[in-house]
Amino acid sequence: MGAAGATRAETEVGKAEMNAVTTGAQSAPESVAATQGRPAKTLETRSVNLYYGDFHAVEDVSITVEPNKVTALIGSSGCGKTTFLRSLNRMHELTAGARVEGEITLDGQDIYGSNVDPVQVRRLVGMVFQSPNPFPTMSVYDNVAAGLNLNAGRVKKAEKDEIVERSLRGAHLWNEVKDRLDKPGSSLSGGQQQRLCIARATAVEPEVLLMDEPCSALDPVATLAIEDLIGELKSKFTIAIVTHNMQQASRASDITAFFNLEETGKPGRLVEIGATEKIFTSPSQQATEDYVSGRFG
Amino acid sequence: MSTLDGGVLPDWSSYGVVAASALLSAALLLAAGAFSVALLLVLTVFVAAVVTYTWSRRIEGPRRAKDRLITLVIVAAFGLALIPLLSLVFEVAKRGIPGLSLEFLTESARGHIGGGGAAHALVGTLVITGVAALISIPVGLMAAIYLTEYGGGRLGRALTFFVDVMTGIPSIVAGLFAYALFALLLGPGIRLGVMGSVALSVLMIPIVIRTSEEVLKIVPNHLREASYALGTPKWRTIVKVVLPTAFAGLITGMMIAVARIIGETAPLLVTTGVVDSINSNPFSGRMQNLAVYAYSEYRTPGVFKQASYDRAWAAALTLIVIVMVLNLVARLIYRRYRTEIR
Amino acid sequence: MRFVAGSGKVGDRIFSNLAVGAAITILALLGGVAAFLLIQAMPAVSASPSDLPGGKSLIDYIAPLAFGTVLAATIAVVLAVPLAVAVALFISHIAPRRLLLPLGYMVDLLAAVPSIVYGLWGIFVLGPAAVGPMEWLEQKLGFIPFFEGPASVTGRTMLVAGLVLTVMILPIVSAVAREVFSQTPRKLQEGALALGATRWEMIRMTVLPFGKSSIISGAMLGLGRAIGETMAVTIILSVSGIVTFNLISQANPSTIAANIALDFPESTGLAINTLIASGLVLFAITLVTNLAARAIISRQNIQ
Repeated sequence: MGAAGATRAETEVGKAEMNAVTTGAQSAPESVAATQGRPAKTLETRSVNLYYGDFHAVEDVSITVEPNKVTALIGSSGCGKTTFLRSLNRMHELTAGARVEGEITLDGQDIYGSNVDPVQVRRLVGMVFQSPNPFPTMSVYDNVAAGLNLNAGRVKKAEKDEIVERSLRGAHLWNEVKDRLDKPGSSLSGGQQQRLCIARATAVEPEVLLMDEPCSALDPVATLAIEDLIGELKSKFTIAIVTHNMQQASRASDITAFFNLEETGKPGRLVEIGATEKIFTSPSQQATEDYVSGRFG
Repeated sequence: MSTLDGGVLPDWSSYGVVAASALLSAALLLAAGAFSVALLLVLTVFVAAVVTYTWSRRIEGPRRAKDRLITLVIVAAFGLALIPLLSLVFEVAKRGIPGLSLEFLTESARGHIGGGGAAHALVGTLVITGVAALISIPVGLMAAIYLTEYGGGRLGRALTFFVDVMTGIPSIVAGLFAYALFALLLGPGIRLGVMGSVALSVLMIPIVIRTSEEVLKIVPNHLREASYALGTPKWRTIVKVVLPTAFAGLITGMMIAVARIIGETAPLLVTTGVVDSINSNPFSGRMQNLAVYAYSEYRTPGVFKQASYDRAWAAALTLIVIVMVLNLVARLIYRRYRTEIR
Repeated sequence: MRFVAGSGKVGDRIFSNLAVGAAITILALLGGVAAFLLIQAMPAVSASPSDLPGGKSLIDYIAPLAFGTVLAATIAVVLAVPLAVAVALFISHIAPRRLLLPLGYMVDLLAAVPSIVYGLWGIFVLGPAAVGPMEWLEQKLGFIPFFEGPASVTGRTMLVAGLVLTVMILPIVSAVAREVFSQTPRKLQEGALALGATRWEMIRMTVLPFGKSSIISGAMLGLGRAIGETMAVTIILSVSGIVTFNLISQANPSTIAANIALDFPESTGLAINTLIASGLVLFAITLVTNLAARAIISRQNIQ
């Protein structure tokens, strides 16, 4: 891993330079110092209730999504895990009539504050979707650079090339596409497309990465590749992942949160959250025990 | 690297800016002595755009500012597109109502120098359109049935292609065709009601085929198969199962097709001509419909010019009302009577 | 195995023959259009110029009309397409969701208005209203050939005719665009938003590229409609027959369709053949336009 480590150190320095350019010199020293990843931010929710119009979808969730760790949200279908996830990057409100109550903070700042632009929030909290969604009319290169291009004119070509390569390498996709950067994003296989989406999401350097069942549309081989990738990504980002697959949760996550519905029509609730190993071997709630041992779900 | 501060314009900002711009523009125009509603609207949009962009850019940044600016432009464009619609409705109503009278509806133009009504045009509209429908609906429906129930093959593909071509035939060319056809059969110089109907059929048939095909395709296959499984022959299945299921949609399609051709002028100018008296026989002599009537009242006004124009507008109003009612009823029928498919 | 003897089979035979017959009739009809028009146009093609109306050759007769047709239609498409895209975007992405149907219906109402009504509206309402702006155009922008002037005082100009055509084809293009915009896959739009795009950026990145070929084919449908439109142009244009790019003056070229509408009722003999020949040219132009539109759609579908 020596060569890769050296590459990563190089890119860390490169990133420090970029940080210095875009945000001022304060963050430069800490990035240079961290040769193995960078400290990501904490996402905290307090008494969050989510509604679709009058329908109460998710009830009273208070959790901390810890930095540089993978938090898995598990539970049966319809219990609100995805709804909750989408409230973390202000995508929930895109549905007509959708409402958020409670407090959600990123590094201490309320992301639903009256002075806060949701566009900025989504820049800092990225998302990878269930079904890979590369932009079909854009090339692989342009897909990865899509987020960068939004800050039109601020990023020079050479820098952009470097960021695109770094993101594709980080997503374990570089070697497969380096000769096909100008081909359309939709020309890749399913697993490749999802890795492309991950590269696209990481290229803008978000603080938090949300993943909504990222492997459910993929075959087992691609799934394992993505799970490995997630393990690496946590060194740079805070990660929350919704998954149906319990084996995946126990393999790939550090912390697990179990959501449940008492009965249809009632809001989903957070039943229990804790270290993944504990949740799967000796959970404190009966409902959790029932779910993870496969008695329902 | 936290960048969640920055700012956001208050919620009321879009409406506030537009209102303020309107006031400012009004003041400017009045001061310059050049006030008019059109100028007010244009200036308001312009001022609102400038204010929105600069204010947003300062507080929210250039990307947000661009987003707001373009949203404003799009809203203004929609408003612009509505203006002709409103103007049309308003003007036709304003100018057409004075011409509407009992005389208009019951008298023809024969024997009335510079006066009279449009009864002959109303009758003509009914007859010409009716015969056109009589020709187009059976042929169009059967062709649609052929396409959906008897599959494609070369004939089907050719038909689909040519139906697409037919939808693009200019209406006047359809008229010319009907003229040419009858000139061949009966010699040139003939003007007959039925010629107009043939011309209109050329326009109507593709619409009937298209709309019918659409609703027939929606009828699920399992209904047909259930019928076959009972031993029903194909033709009966179509007549007793497929058509009734698609009935509302078929009627709607036909009404839309009629609405489309009922106001046609050009093809009739070259086929049925202009005439003064009521003629209800499509096979004898000239005939005109409301649209041609409106045109001729405008083009060759009688002794009292304004009265002729009034009648032209009245005919236009009647036409619009008929077309709107047809469209509305068609949609209502579809919504009310369509068979819910599970 | 026979379950039903006789009637089923006979009925089927008759019915399917009827259906096939209908299909064949329509094809024959179309073939007939082309054939009859050709037959009736032939005398004009083979006649000598001195026998034709205007004393010019057939080509010299038709060319200015074709010019006028294309000019008017081009104005309409150039103005209508951006406006239609904006209107479609407004309805599909900006206005509140529940207004989607009513707003769409309002725009579609424009399509239901008969062209004679547009003609009357154009000459009695829009024309006079346009006189002021046309004078302004002549004053400020008179150096551009389009606005050379002198501005007409009645408003019966190519510009006004073009504007009316714009309004007439707007609903067609807008309906096509609206359809495709609202079908943009949700996951694409959310993908752009999740990257931190503003709404307009999202539209630019996903909705517009997705709808590009539909917009083009919608534009060509509108173009075909504008090319074939008769009554509005017939009524509005004050025709002098010259070929010019001057959009605001009294002297305008006519269009093929308007020319037929104006001259046909009183024409006899060779004049009629000439008009029919011009109609054939019109038919050919719209045919080419429609085929091109279909080719664009099918190319996109293959991708």
